[in-house]
Amino acid sequence: MANEVCFRTLDLPNPASLETYRSIGGYETLKRIVTEKVPATEIINQVKISGLRGRGGAGFPTGLKWSFMPRYYDGEKYLVCNSDEGEPGTFKDRDIIRYNPHQVIEGMAIAAYTMGVRTGYNYIHGEIWAEYQIFERALEEARAAGFLGENLFGTNFSFNLFAHHGYGAYICGEETALIESIEGKKGQPRFKPPFPASYGVFGKPTNVNNTESYASIPYIMQHGGQAFQDLGVPNSGGTKIFSVSGHVEKPGNFEIGMGTPFPDLLALAGGVWKGRKLKAVIPGGSSTAVVPADMMMQCTMDYDSISKVGKSSLGAGSVIVMDESTDMVKALSRLSYFYYEESCGQCTPCREGTGWLWRVVRRIAEGKGRPEDLELLTDVSNNISGRTICALGDAAATPVISFIKHFRPEFEYYIEHGRSMLAA
Amino acid sequence: MLQIEIDGKAVEVEHGSTIIEAADKLGIPIPRFCYHKKLSVAANCRMCLVQVEKFAKPLPACATPVSDGMKIFTRSEAAVDAQKSVMEFLLINHPLDCPICDQGGECELQDIAVGYGASKTRYTEEKRVVLNKNIGPLVATDMTRCIQCTRCVRFLKEVGGMMELGLINRGEHAEITAYVDKSVDSELSGNIIDLCPVGALTSKPFRYTARPWELARRPTISAHDALGSQLEMHVKNNRVLRTIPREKESINECWISDRDRFAYEGLNSDERLTVPMIRRGDQWVETDWQSALEFASSRIKDAVAREGGNALGVLVSPNSTMEEGFLAKKIARELGCGNVDHRLRRSDFRLDGHFQGTPWMGCNIPDVQDMDRVLIIGSNLRNEHPLLTHRLRQAVRLNAAEISVVNALEDDPLMRVAFKNTCSPDDTINFLLQLLKAMSGLQRLSLCLPPTLNGLLEDVVVSNNAQAMAESLAGHGKDYDLVNPRSAVFLGNMAQQHPRYSEMYSLAEAISALCGATFGVLSEAANRVGLDLARVLPSSGALNARTMLEQPRSAYLLVNVEPEVDCHNAQLVNQALAAAGCVVAMTAYKSSALREADVLLPVTPYTESSGTFMSMEGRVQSFTAVAKPLGEARPGWKVLRVLGNLLGLSGFEYDSSEQVKNEIFGGEKPSRVVWNRLNNNLRELTEVNAKVRTESLQRVGEVPLYESDAIVRRAPSLQKMAAKKPVVAAMNAKLLAQLGLQDGELVKVSQGNGSVRLAAKCDDRVADYCVRVPICAQTAALGDLYGEIQVERAA
Repeated sequence: MANEVCFRTLDLPNPASLETYRSIGGYETLKRIVTEKVPATEIINQVKISGLRGRGGAGFPTGLKWSFMPRYYDGEKYLVCNSDEGEPGTFKDRDIIRYNPHQVIEGMAIAAYTMGVRTGYNYIHGEIWAEYQIFERALEEARAAGFLGENLFGTNFSFNLFAHHGYGAYICGEETALIESIEGKKGQPRFKPPFPASYGVFGKPTNVNNTESYASIPYIMQHGGQAFQDLGVPNSGGTKIFSVSGHVEKPGNFEIGMGTPFPDLLALAGGVWKGRKLKAVIPGGSSTAVVPADMMMQCTMDYDSISKVGKSSLGAGSVIVMDESTDMVKALSRLSYFYYEESCGQCTPCREGTGWLWRVVRRIAEGKGRPEDLELLTDVSNNISGRTICALGDAAATPVISFIKHFRPEFEYYIEHGRSMLAA
Repeated sequence: MLQIEIDGKAVEVEHGSTIIEAADKLGIPIPRFCYHKKLSVAANCRMCLVQVEKFAKPLPACATPVSDGMKIFTRSEAAVDAQKSVMEFLLINHPLDCPICDQGGECELQDIAVGYGASKTRYTEEKRVVLNKNIGPLVATDMTRCIQCTRCVRFLKEVGGMMELGLINRGEHAEITAYVDKSVDSELSGNIIDLCPVGALTSKPFRYTARPWELARRPTISAHDALGSQLEMHVKNNRVLRTIPREKESINECWISDRDRFAYEGLNSDERLTVPMIRRGDQWVETDWQSALEFASSRIKDAVAREGGNALGVLVSPNSTMEEGFLAKKIARELGCGNVDHRLRRSDFRLDGHFQGTPWMGCNIPDVQDMDRVLIIGSNLRNEHPLLTHRLRQAVRLNAAEISVVNALEDDPLMRVAFKNTCSPDDTINFLLQLLKAMSGLQRLSLCLPPTLNGLLEDVVVSNNAQAMAESLAGHGKDYDLVNPRSAVFLGNMAQQHPRYSEMYSLAEAISALCGATFGVLSEAANRVGLDLARVLPSSGALNARTMLEQPRSAYLLVNVEPEVDCHNAQLVNQALAAAGCVVAMTAYKSSALREADVLLPVTPYTESSGTFMSMEGRVQSFTAVAKPLGEARPGWKVLRVLGNLLGLSGFEYDSSEQVKNEIFGGEKPSRVVWNRLNNNLRELTEVNAKVRTESLQRVGEVPLYESDAIVRRAPSLQKMAAKKPVVAAMNAKLLAQLGLQDGELVKVSQGNGSVRLAAKCDDRVADYCVRVPICAQTAALGDLYGEIQVERAA
């Protein structure tokens, strides 16, 4: 029971080609919807039934989001696919584009039809050039085959989709920074409200979804929302791609049903490497709280369990596995450096705070920690959290808070002895 | 209206206001750095975080719209905790260099830190250092102090019209900078000094000269354009050390142009004339007031006794106060002389005697911002009226106003121009005729044209451009209020200086009448309207500013005039003054341009005198001196009063400039007089000659931004800005090719019997068959600002 939705073409020869995609019924759903003029309300309803939640990390119900788009707005509207995954631990959208770009295109076309949009962009992460080229090729194929462009299937529905290659800034994965970037401006998040649904690309109503979310749509519309929901568990419908990295034997992407127990996922990835013991897991990408091994082994891979049992969040399903040899102080130092480098610098707490956090953690890792540092780190993290324009502030604060919360003795040992507990 | 509660106080606020606007109205202080009422909301400093009931997180007061029933707490524990934490973040990388920082004592960061900052830092890591940028002669930078609030960035983009600063790099590396190797050249750039909440952007000329608490702050009015901006001059030891705006929403809002801000440097110029001087042969001899005034009065008396009042010509700078102008005129009239004029840069006086009143702007300054359709004829907007241009820019930016421009130069006004026609001044007449014909042909407009014009229009062929412009002005398009059209037709300085101004005026008036638009004149200089209202004009049949020079007088009285650069034709004025037996010059500066004078009477600039200016919207603004007169210099009105006495004239027993002002307004309330006297209508249409076409090359003699008046010309920092645009003979590529010239080649530019050598410059903003040669000291050998000109390769 794997690779049923976004990775449907994975085991077929030449999986990214239009031919392969059509061989599994690709674009038939779009054609049916467009030619039979399936009402938008019906589509949104199916997406709601499917239980699909935003796969980019926030987990906002996709059907609900679509219903926010002003349907009778007189003017241009935009559809945006967020393929700008840049957080440590994330690498699923890249594989979707690499192996099944047409499903993203079909999903976006269905979304465009539903929301009455004529123009779409897929914003692809700056560091993945080969995938960008694959997607451009897929667009060419789809245009030539009449699945993109003007008056599709002889109806008055038109949809033009363009790929937009980013420049490698993590912050451009934040949807409003991404919108600014599409507009040709510096990628900096906008203050919300207004949300993109009323003020998005070029100030027009815009719907932004993650690559995996769009890629799930053809399946939902082909098999019905309930079928998708049934692949997962209540409140976490469907399958999810989990990107397992770190100290495992077989790192990679695994598309499995929501609600799969974590030990099963770990087994799929070949278990902890070198026969070592599991120490901790970051379940949803580096911005989610770290979960100690014993708690993590109790979790199932769905929104509710990770949140209630793991006190963390599912995020984008980017599972970073850490074995017993991991130096948590150094790990945090590296994560903090990432946020320090990737803060956009627009608003004060994040611009000033991320550098402060990193410098203090680094100092501890260099053996120059001071007893008051842990309180300071927690305090500074709390002062960033919830006081910034976008969620990057919280993303930078969460690792610090959770690492200190769960592995405090390791930090205290560093401060007291000037070296790692593990080396002792 | 919405009912909300701030800190327990129940209040009603308007729909759509933000928390900070509501709090400001109530006088509840919320600390802020990035927020500014005149700029877009950035919400990036996070200093204004407040607690709002039912919200888990604190919300930025600047970006959160109020909703009905909202309960806001600005001083609760949660709110203050958030504010203090932001303050801490802002301070960790801010240098502790307040003792050597020019902003010290008037620093928003310093002030707010007193309330929200900790007395001891918890930050012990290395601090950030940011390299300074050289962004030009006006604004000094200390970028390590910057808190990235982006007020300066937003100002230049939204108010200045061009994004000359931006935030580059990410996170802690983020820094404000200009484009690579570029400076900030906006004519409004000084406002970013006021906007900067820290000492990152400070005034370069003022740098390290004084502490704010050492300065006396004195109100005054701008003397550099006709907007009448309200200024505050800061004085120490009787020297004006800087100028900042006084906030006046209906005039200058909270801004001033760089010209208003930095012109003060010219007040302290070494060229100031501080003692009276008399010419003895080729020598200038210093003397005392008594001797100088007796010399002046006896020479004037002699000339008048010899040839009658007509022997005298009185030229008054349009930057003079109403009192100075009025007294100069009174002296002339008492001597039986009607030759008085202040319109020194005019060349067309055919409208004299046809006006029903004093021409003015036709509306109030803030009205410009609400306009929907505006036609500007003959104006280099940003040079002539920097802040009014900003109002127009906001009309375009916020109301999507359609602006049409007809001019010989196509300089970018930094706003979207819907329609433009760039043509030689002669063709302007033709184009206006087309516009008039197109407009009279529009069905919506049924007003009858005067028969004289109707006949004239028969042969006119309407171009597509004129048709489109006419439709725009007439309000074609959606959402246009035909009953109360918010449209205007304005004549700029270049139109006023043109030899066919009267025709432009007549046509512009007819066009505005046809489409129901406001019609007005954007006045030159600080006090053109005031001097007109005080009738500092030739009496009926007497000589005007031009004929006074064409028919040289035996004696001239010059009030604040630098002949070569203040008059329409430098050659003409030099010849006339050289031929005159006596030239009495009241001046604040020892100017080489006054080499033909016989006696120099040192008068003060307006900052050392009391007086009255009238802005182009007809606002009468009196001011008092901000500093004592320098040396022996005396206020112009006092000098004229004594001159009147010495000439034996009656009615010069004034004790104050107030008395003079009262006499000007006949003892009535100025606003009442103004209301009755401002009027742009002509008694009848002047003759328009569509057939006149000049076949020769035409000079377009603009007045550069920092050449507008004597004070500005002596302000070193502004002159450094001006130096970035060298004086050249600019013409479009077509003309350059036609003349067989190369871009940058040295050419001889001649008018009449004078010539100068300038570099030819290819500039496609110049209309066909026109050569743009500005008026300044370097081109003072030339003649008419507008007229025939020869350009040839320099031998």
